[in-house]
Amino acid sequence: MTKMTIPLGPQHPALKEPVNFSLVLEGEQITGSTVNLGYNHRGIEKAAESRTYLQDIYLLERVCGICSHSHTTCYLTCVEEIAKAEVPERAKAIRTIVAELERIHSHLLWLGIAGYEMGFETLFMYSWRDREQVLDCLELVSGNRVHYAMNTIGGVRRDITPEQKTEILRRVSILEERTKYYIKLGTEEATVLARTQNVGLLPHDVAMNLGTIGPTGRASGIKCDVRKHEPYLLYGKLDFKEITHDTNDVFGRLVVRVLELVESYKIIRQVLNYLPDGPIAVKVPAKIGPGEATNRYEAPRGEDIHYVKANGTDKPERVKVRAPTMANYVAVPYMLNSGYLADAPMTIAAIDPCMSCTDRAMVYDTKKNKVRIYGWDDLRKLGIEHYKKRGVDFSKL
Amino acid sequence: MTIDSTLPALTYILVFPGFTFLAVYGFFLQWFDRKLSAVMQNRVGPPWYQALADFIKLLAKEVIVPEVCDTVMFKVLPYFAMAAVMTSVFMLPVWTDALYAFQGDLIVVIYLLTIPTVTFFLAGWSSTSPYATIGAMRVLTQLFAYEVPLMLALIGPAILAGTWNISEIAGFFTNNKLYMLAQIPGLIIALLALQGKLERVPFDIPHAKNEIVGGQFTEYSGRLLAFFYLAIDMEMVVGVALVNAVFLGGTLGTAGLLGMAVFLAKTMAIVFLLTLVKVAMGRVRIDQMVRGCWQILAPLCLAQILFDIFLKFKLG
Repeated sequence: MTKMTIPLGPQHPALKEPVNFSLVLEGEQITGSTVNLGYNHRGIEKAAESRTYLQDIYLLERVCGICSHSHTTCYLTCVEEIAKAEVPERAKAIRTIVAELERIHSHLLWLGIAGYEMGFETLFMYSWRDREQVLDCLELVSGNRVHYAMNTIGGVRRDITPEQKTEILRRVSILEERTKYYIKLGTEEATVLARTQNVGLLPHDVAMNLGTIGPTGRASGIKCDVRKHEPYLLYGKLDFKEITHDTNDVFGRLVVRVLELVESYKIIRQVLNYLPDGPIAVKVPAKIGPGEATNRYEAPRGEDIHYVKANGTDKPERVKVRAPTMANYVAVPYMLNSGYLADAPMTIAAIDPCMSCTDRAMVYDTKKNKVRIYGWDDLRKLGIEHYKKRGVDFSKL
Repeated sequence: MTIDSTLPALTYILVFPGFTFLAVYGFFLQWFDRKLSAVMQNRVGPPWYQALADFIKLLAKEVIVPEVCDTVMFKVLPYFAMAAVMTSVFMLPVWTDALYAFQGDLIVVIYLLTIPTVTFFLAGWSSTSPYATIGAMRVLTQLFAYEVPLMLALIGPAILAGTWNISEIAGFFTNNKLYMLAQIPGLIIALLALQGKLERVPFDIPHAKNEIVGGQFTEYSGRLLAFFYLAIDMEMVVGVALVNAVFLGGTLGTAGLLGMAVFLAKTMAIVFLLTLVKVAMGRVRIDQMVRGCWQILAPLCLAQILFDIFLKFKLG
C-alpha cells in the first residue's frame, strides 16, 4: 500500500490550539509521526522580566487559560521563598481550595474533550454542563470564571465567607453525584471502551524514559503526584490517595482523571472544614532578593515548574516556566506510532495538551527540514543583526 | 406521450412523492433529528427553519472546484446522488400503495440506495486531497460492512411474505400484524445498518471531523455541497420509509390523508429510534465497524432468515 502523509493541524477540528502533527499513513495505520511546535510563541518569559513581581502575577496567570491558578501559585511560592515571607495558614487553605476547584474544572473539561474526540457528543455536552457547577463555585469565590486573580504576593486577595463555604459544599455534592455517573459511563459504555482500551499505549518503562508526568504518567503506573511526594500548601496535612492505573492506555488516563475528581472533592471538604482563622495575606516588600528559587506544583495536567531569579530590584531577573504539556509532548509520537488514524485525536487529547502554555520559541529550517537550536550567543548576534538592518546599533551594549 | 400522461408523471417527479415532498420532509426530519438530539443532550437546538436556512445559505455561497480534479464529474455527482434517491421513492408506499410496484422492486430500491454511497466515494476520490481520499476509502469500506447486514435483514421479511414486492410485503404484515414481533431482531439490525448507510454516529466514520475534517466532502462547497446534504436528507426519508414498509407494514392498509398521517407518524418514530442510537454512543473505528458488521450483525441476520424460513414452512 502506498504511503501518504497527512497533516493534523495547525488548524484542525480535533485541535483547539495550533500545533502540527505530520502523520505517515499506510491505509488507516500510522507508521510514523512528527510533532511541530512553535505556532504560538508569546514571549511571556521575556515580558515577565520587564514587569514588577506583582504585575507578573497577572501576566503569568495568562500562561494558561485553564490552569491559571497553578501558574501563579507556583510562581508566588518561588517569590515568597526568596522574600522569606511566611504565608498565613488561611491563605494557604484558600489557595488549596481554588487549586482543587481548578483541577475539577480542568478534568471535567478534559472529559468533555475526550467525548468529543471519540464522536460521543452527549458526553461532551453533559460534562460541560456539569462543569458549570464548579465554574460557578470559582466565580463565587473569586469573582471570575477563568482567570481567578486570587493570588497576591504573601497570600490571597479574597476571603471565603461561611455562606460561600455552604454553597461550595452543596455544589460539590452535586458534582460528586454526577462523577459517579461518569465513572459508570467511562468504565461500562461499549463505544467508550472500544475507543479507549489499548489505544495510545505507553508502557511503564517507556513512560519513565520519556519523563511523562501528570495523569498521563500515572496511567502508566508512575507515581508522580507532586502533591504527595513534595507537599506544598496544605497537601501534607490532607488525607487523599494518589491515583495510578496500570493499563498504560487512554482508558487508564480516563480512569485516573475521573478518580482524581473524587479525591479533589474529598480535599475540598477537608480544607473547607479545617479553614483556620487569621489574616489572608502578609505584607511583602516590593524589592526582593537577590536569590533564586525553583518550585514544583501539581497542575491538573501534571508537574508545573517555575524558576525565579531575583536581583534585589522590584523586577525579576529571570522567570522560567516549564508547563506540564512540554514534558508530555515527547511521548506523543511514541503513542501515535503503530496506532490507527482514527485514534490519533484521542491519543493527542489524552495528554490534555495545552499548546499555548507550552510554546517557547523554535526555529524550523524548511530547506534543510531541520529544527535549529539557538544558544544565548546566537540569539544575541541575531538580535544585533536584526536591529542593525533597521539602523540601530546595539553591538556596543 | 400525450399531455394526459405527462402531467401526472411530472407531478409525481416534481411534487409528490418526488422532489418537493422529499426535500420538505427531508428538511423536516433533519430538523426533527437535530432538535431531538439537542433536547436529549440538554441543549436548546435549532429553530424549525434551520435546515432550509442552511440550504439556502449554502446555495448562495461560491462554488470552488479544485484544479486537479475531474471538473465534470465533480459537478455532476451531487445531482446523481439526488436523482438515485428520488427514483427509489416511487417504489415505496408513502400514502397508499407504491406508484410503481412490481416483483423485485425491493432489490431495485436497495440497488438505487447504493448509488448515493458510490457517488460519495467518487466525490472524495475525485477531490484528490488527502482528507477526501481517506474519507472516500472509508465510504467504500463502510459500504462493504453495512450493506450485507442491511440486505440480509431486508430479505427476512421478504421470505416470510413470499414476495419481492415492497407493497406486497407491507400488505402481508398489515394482514398478519403478529408476525411483525418476530421481525424485531431484523428490525434492530436494519436500523443499525441504516445508521451506517446514512453515515451517522456511531458510523459517521467517513466524515469524522476530528480525524479527517470534512471527509469525502472536504473539497465541496456552495451549491454542490448543498445538494449533497439535500441528497442525504432525502436518503433518510427513503431509508426510513423502506424500513417502515418492509418491517412495520407501511401505511397499515390506510389510504389518503389518514395513510399519510400514519406514514408520517411511523417514520418519525423510526427517526426517534435513530436519534436515540446517535445520542447514546460514540463513534467506532472502521476496523471495529467491519468486524462488528460481519461477525455479529451478519450471523444474527442469517439466524433471523432461518427463523423466517421455519415460520414460513409452518405457515404452509
